[in-house]
This record gives sequence, structure tokens and C-alpha cells, in this order.
Amino acid sequence: MAPRSFIAALLMLPLFAHGSVKPHQELRDIFYGEILYHAYQDDYFEAISHLDIELGQYKALDEPGLDSFHWHRGQAEFAVGDLELYYRMHQRAGRAIEAVMAKNVSESERNEAAFRLARLYYRKQDYVNALHSIELIKGEVPREIRSDEVFLRAQVYVSVGKFDEAIKLLKELKGDSAYAGYIEYNLAMAYLQTAQTEAAVAMLDELGKVDSDDEAVLALKDKGNLKLANYYVENGDAEKASQYFSRIRLDGPFSNRALLGAGWVEVARKRYDRALVPWSLLHKREQTNLSVQEAMMAVPYAYSKLDVHGKAAIMYGKAMDVFANEIDSLNASIKSIREGKFLTALVSKQGEKDKNWVVNLRELPDSPETRYIMELLAAHDFQESLKNYKDLAELRQHMATWLDSLSVYEEIIELRRQYYEPLLPQVEVKFKKLDSRIRLRIEQRDRLNERIRSLLVLRRPVYLATADERASIDKLAKIRLDIEANPGMVSDDTLYRVKRLSGILDWRLETEFDDRLTRAYKHLQDLDGVIDDLNKQYRAFVRTRQAATQSYEGYTIPIQQLRTRLGNAEVKLKRIMARQGRVLEQMAINELEQRRNRLEEYQIKARFALAESYDRATKAQEQKLKEEQEKKFMEQQAATATTPVEDDKVTP
Amino acid sequence: MQPHVHTIYRQLLSIVLVALLSFTAGAEDISRDQIKGLDEQVQDIKKDVLNLSTELARLEEKLLFPSNTQVSLFISMHEGDDFRLDSVQLKLDEKVVAQHLYSFRELEALQSGGVQRLYLGNLKTGEHDLVVSYIGKAPAGGEYKRSGSYRINKGVGPKFVEIKIAGPDTTEQDIQFRDW
Repeated sequence: MAPRSFIAALLMLPLFAHGSVKPHQELRDIFYGEILYHAYQDDYFEAISHLDIELGQYKALDEPGLDSFHWHRGQAEFAVGDLELYYRMHQRAGRAIEAVMAKNVSESERNEAAFRLARLYYRKQDYVNALHSIELIKGEVPREIRSDEVFLRAQVYVSVGKFDEAIKLLKELKGDSAYAGYIEYNLAMAYLQTAQTEAAVAMLDELGKVDSDDEAVLALKDKGNLKLANYYVENGDAEKASQYFSRIRLDGPFSNRALLGAGWVEVARKRYDRALVPWSLLHKREQTNLSVQEAMMAVPYAYSKLDVHGKAAIMYGKAMDVFANEIDSLNASIKSIREGKFLTALVSKQGEKDKNWVVNLRELPDSPETRYIMELLAAHDFQESLKNYKDLAELRQHMATWLDSLSVYEEIIELRRQYYEPLLPQVEVKFKKLDSRIRLRIEQRDRLNERIRSLLVLRRPVYLATADERASIDKLAKIRLDIEANPGMVSDDTLYRVKRLSGILDWRLETEFDDRLTRAYKHLQDLDGVIDDLNKQYRAFVRTRQAATQSYEGYTIPIQQLRTRLGNAEVKLKRIMARQGRVLEQMAINELEQRRNRLEEYQIKARFALAESYDRATKAQEQKLKEEQEKKFMEQQAATATTPVEDDKVTP
Repeated sequence: MQPHVHTIYRQLLSIVLVALLSFTAGAEDISRDQIKGLDEQVQDIKKDVLNLSTELARLEEKLLFPSNTQVSLFISMHEGDDFRLDSVQLKLDEKVVAQHLYSFRELEALQSGGVQRLYLGNLKTGEHDLVVSYIGKAPAGGEYKRSGSYRINKGVGPKFVEIKIAGPDTTEQDIQFRDW
């Protein structure tokens, strides 16, 4: 890795997951809400899949502006890129964002797209393109991303070596609570790169005073304190180094390194008894940790310096036992990984309890294949490869379920066909009857309508006569014909009566014409209602028949095509998954072999140290024995000198 | 500080550095290009599977939940409501059609403004009775149970009903229904 990339990789950035997915406004489309539900649970596959469906349907609409999704369209287009990024589909995410930029969008939207593209390149460690993208931002930046844009710009500047510009931007951001801790840390790193050591130290000291409950910020504080402690160690100021080591939390991610460093600082001051305090704490921790393993050698070293060689020898012996056990464990783990058990454990049910599976890996039962998993996860490449493997395993499960579902669908379709096909001919007969009834009613209606229309133009009251009136008119017409045929046989009275009756009829028809016309119009409307009902029945009939037919027709080819595509994708997926698995196994084995080699070196050192401690302990014991013997001898001598000797007695 | 510190700390640093770099050194046979190439293949297959997922979802909807009978019932909460929802039960025409126990992440997603489609099914046109019951724990402690009913008027098109539930500490109505 190039030095600059390494620096950039070290730079800390806060994660604002889902910030871009969350609607800037009230939820206006229920399906967008469903996408959020999946995204908020980090279920990116479901979220992207739903979003693709919604965007696809929206784009296929004739009048998309009338659809409620229209309100979230702009954001959805950004969200799809972000979700793809979270799902580690950088290529597609990049294309999605570039597509937004290529559109005729507002300056603010274009700037937001450029920001997202820059962030994508930055995360891919493609700093040149990140710089190019961030420099496309000109003019108004949306308020929601204003701080994020400045912070990202600073990060990009650091990555390409524009430290002074980065410092200027980070200083501007100071005080932004969303970046509390991150600004100080990144500023300190930028100062270090421009040889402004004093400013860097002051900034790290400031970071140590940041007040926060956020675990990530607290970890950053610890990291800052560790850096400061290391700085003072390198500059020979043990007092200050010790002070910063002691600021690091005992339950934080840097506590082991801090305890180890604090001990070494005391050793350097020849205060071996004090070095034993942090080391003894460290000594009791997880034995797979590198700092703990080193402490196992450091504790007896301190004891030997305190001339407690016996205890040192015993502890070297214990360390050798632990190392031997660890080497056995590592060998068992390497063997187990080679047997393929590692990958099986990674995609086991325990690992899939929920989307926090990386955290859940800690809860995997202690077995050779998983014992070192948390240690292995410290490596970025391993972590990314593991996430990919996990995603592939999830896709494999989806595909297996889908393939099973396709068979079920085919069964459903067949059952529907068997049920509906014999029914359809009878339905068709009824449908034809209904159809002819509707046609008849429509014809009647049309005739009536035409007549009413003509009456409006040309008044013909007789057209609105009732059946009785029509019969009476016909009878009177016949009587008139008879009278004309035999005029002599008819009296005046009869003629008068005929005329009177005709007059009454005409009068009634004339005077009631308007009312009758209105009534006829109402009847026409009633008939329209009947026809509407019939039409509704007709449409419902058509829909039902169509639904019945569509429930089993037209699926065979799409299902076959989907099955073929799923099959092809499954083969491809299995091939990639096998490759990814092999890479993971190889990474794990390489790491574990390195650990084993280091432990073997420790073992050799411990063996020599043990021998030396025994030697010194024996010598010390011999010396002590010798001293005791000499002392005893001297005491005896002294006792002899004071006791009167009988031989010396003078006998008379 | 004694000059000895420097030497010892150098030793310490060298051990840690060796440990940190050991991965890179050991992984020589797995090149960065190899990792990158594999990552691109993973991205490709993800894209393929996502496309398939979209098509399958469309097929499923057409086959199992055609638009003329489709009904979807969604659960949502007021943003920021810290009510600890435990479970929801939905009854349609006196028949239990869905019940769900909420995990912490699901609850968090609801409280953040996500909407859960709890039921997707088929209904005839006409009126149907929906009864929603939910149980949870009030922020002050103690069980909190509520129930509400709604009449769904199913037409010829698909029907989407949002059921917004509230805890005891909000000023909102316990259950709000909305036709979308």
C-alpha cells in the first residue's frame, strides 16, 4: 500500500448509515416506507430489490407525475446508489449516481450526486477520482449534506496530500457536534503529516477531552490517547506516556495495547514492580490476543528483574504451556479450516441470528474452526471477503427457495387449469346469453332515445299515447271508416259522440304531452340504469373470466425462462462462492501460520529464559545455602570460642 | 526518561509491527488483484440475482396476488415513539390472518419511520371487517394493550391500508387507519 493510501485508510470517518435513504419530507408513498423498513434493518438485498421494483413500475407509467412515488423519486434514485454501496455493489452504485448526474437536474441535485460519487470513490480508496468528483461540486450544496461534504473534501485532500487545504476545512468544521472527535483526530493526523507536531499533540490532547456517549467516539478518544502515549514514549518522556496510557479505558478496544505499553514504560524506568500491575491484568485476558501473549513473557521478565527467579521460572513454564496449547489449537484450527469446517461454521445458523452477524460470530461455540475468528476479522481484506462470502451464502439460500417456489407455482397453475378449464364452456354459454340480453336492451334504449329526441324537434303527442288510448284511437278510426262507408246510417248524435271522444283523446294527449315526455325521459334514464347494471355484470363477468384464464395461462414460458436463468446464476454463484471460500481459507491459514511461527519463537525464547531463571534461582539458592552454612559455621565457631574447653583444664 | 525506554519501546513496536504486518506478509499468495477481481465477480452475481428477484416478485404478485383481489396491510408507528411494541395481530372478517412478534431491530426500523407490510393476501370486492390488536410495554413499565377496528371497502383495484399504532406517551390516537 502506498504511504498516502495507508494514511487515508487510517483516517477515521463517522458512519451516517441510511441518512440519504430517509425521506427529507413526510412519507408520501407507502411502498417507499416499506423500503425504509428493510434499509433500517440493514437488509439491503430486500431494500434494493423493492426499490428496483418501485422505480421500474414508476418509469413504466404513462403519467408518472400522478403516482405517489413521484414525491420520493429524486431521493429514491440517490437511495438506490447508497443502498448498493452499503451492499458493496460499488460498480452499480457508481453507475446509478452517474445516471443522476447525466440528467437535466438542478445544481443542488447535481452537487449531491457528485458528493455521493466522491464518497464512493473514497471508500474504494480511489482518491484521484474522489478528488475529481468532489471538485465537480460548484455552487449550492443541499443543507442536509453540507457538513458531510466539507468533511469528505477534507478527507480526500488528506488522501492526495493536500494537507494544508484539509486543515483549513477541518478547522472550519470544528464545533460541529456530528463530527465531534473525528475532526480533532483527523486534524491531528494532518498536522503530523505537515510536521506540525506540537499542534498535532495539542489536538490529540483536545480529543482526549471530547465528551461523548458514542462508543465509536470513545474508541477514537482511546486511539488518540494511545497515539499520544506512543509519541511521548518515542520522545523519552515516560511520565507523560504513562499519563496518557492510563487515560485509555480498560474495557475499550485499545486497552490491551495500553496495558502492555504502560508496563513497558515502567520497565524503562526500572520500576519492575509497577510494571507488574498492568501486565498482571493483561495476563488474565483472552490468550489468543497478541498483547496478552506478549504479557505472558513480560511478567516473568519483570519478576526476574526483581530477582524473584523462582517465580519467573514458574511463569515462563506456564507461558510455555500456554504457547504449546495455543500452537496445538492453531494446528487444530488450520487442519479444521483445510477440512472446510471454517466456511460451514461461518454460514451456520448461529452466525445468522440477525443482521449483526459479525458481532454474533463472537457467540459461536468455541471450536478449532472459529476460535480465531475475531482476531482474523481485524484485517480489512478478510472482513470484506467474509462479508462477500456471507452475502453469497444468503443469495444461494434465496435462489434455492426461488427454485422450489417455481415448482410450487407450476403446481398451482396446473390445479387452476384443471379447475377452470371444464367450467369455462358453461360459463361461455351464460356469457353469450347475458351478452344478447344486453344487446337487446341497448337496442330498445337506442330506439326510445331516438323517439324522444324526435319528439323534442317535432311535437307528436300521439307517440306518447298509452296502450288503452292507442286502442281507443284505433277504434275511433275504424268507426270513422264505417261512417264514411255508410254515411246514411249514422245519426248526428253518433257523429257528435265520435267527434267528442276524438276531441277528448286529442285534448288529453295534447295537454299531457309535456308530462308524458318528462316521464318518458325518466323511463329512459331508468332503462339506462338497468343497462348500466347489465354492463357492470358484463364487466365483472369479463374480469372474472379473464382472471380465471390469466390465473393459469401465459406462465409456462416465463417460468421456464426464470428457471433456466436461476439455474445459470446458481452455477455461477457456486463457482464464485467456492473461489471466495478458498481465498478466505487461505487468508485464515496464512494468518494462523504466522501466529504459530511467532508463538514458536516465543517458545524458544521462553525456554532459554526459563533455563536462565532456573540457573539463577539455583545459583541464588546455592548462594543462600552457602551463606546459611557459613553463618551456621560462624555461629558454631563463636559458640566454641565462648565454651570452656575441658582439655584446657589444668589438673593438679 | 532513561534512554533505555527508547530501545525497549522499539522492541515493543517491532513486535507489534511484525504482528500487524504478518497478515500481509503471509498472504503473499493472495494478491490484491485477485481479491479485487473476485469482488467484481461478487458484484456481478449480486446484480444478476437482484434482477431475478425483481422479476420473480412481479411474477409472484401476478400469480398469487392479482391486482383485482390484492389487499396489503401495513404497520407503522409515529416517528420517535419509544413504545416497546411486542406483537401485533390482524383479523380479517373474524379470522386471524397475521400475527407478528417484533425483534429489537424491527421495532427500531418502525420507530425510525419504516413501514412493515404485515399482510399480503386476496379479498373479494365488498366490505370486510379488519380488527387490529397490539401488545407492548409502556415506557413507564407495565403492559399496554390496544385494539381497533376498521371497515375495508374493497373495490376492483388493489387495496392498501396503513395501520399506524401509538404508545401511551403520544398525544396521537391509539390506532389510525389510512387508505392509500
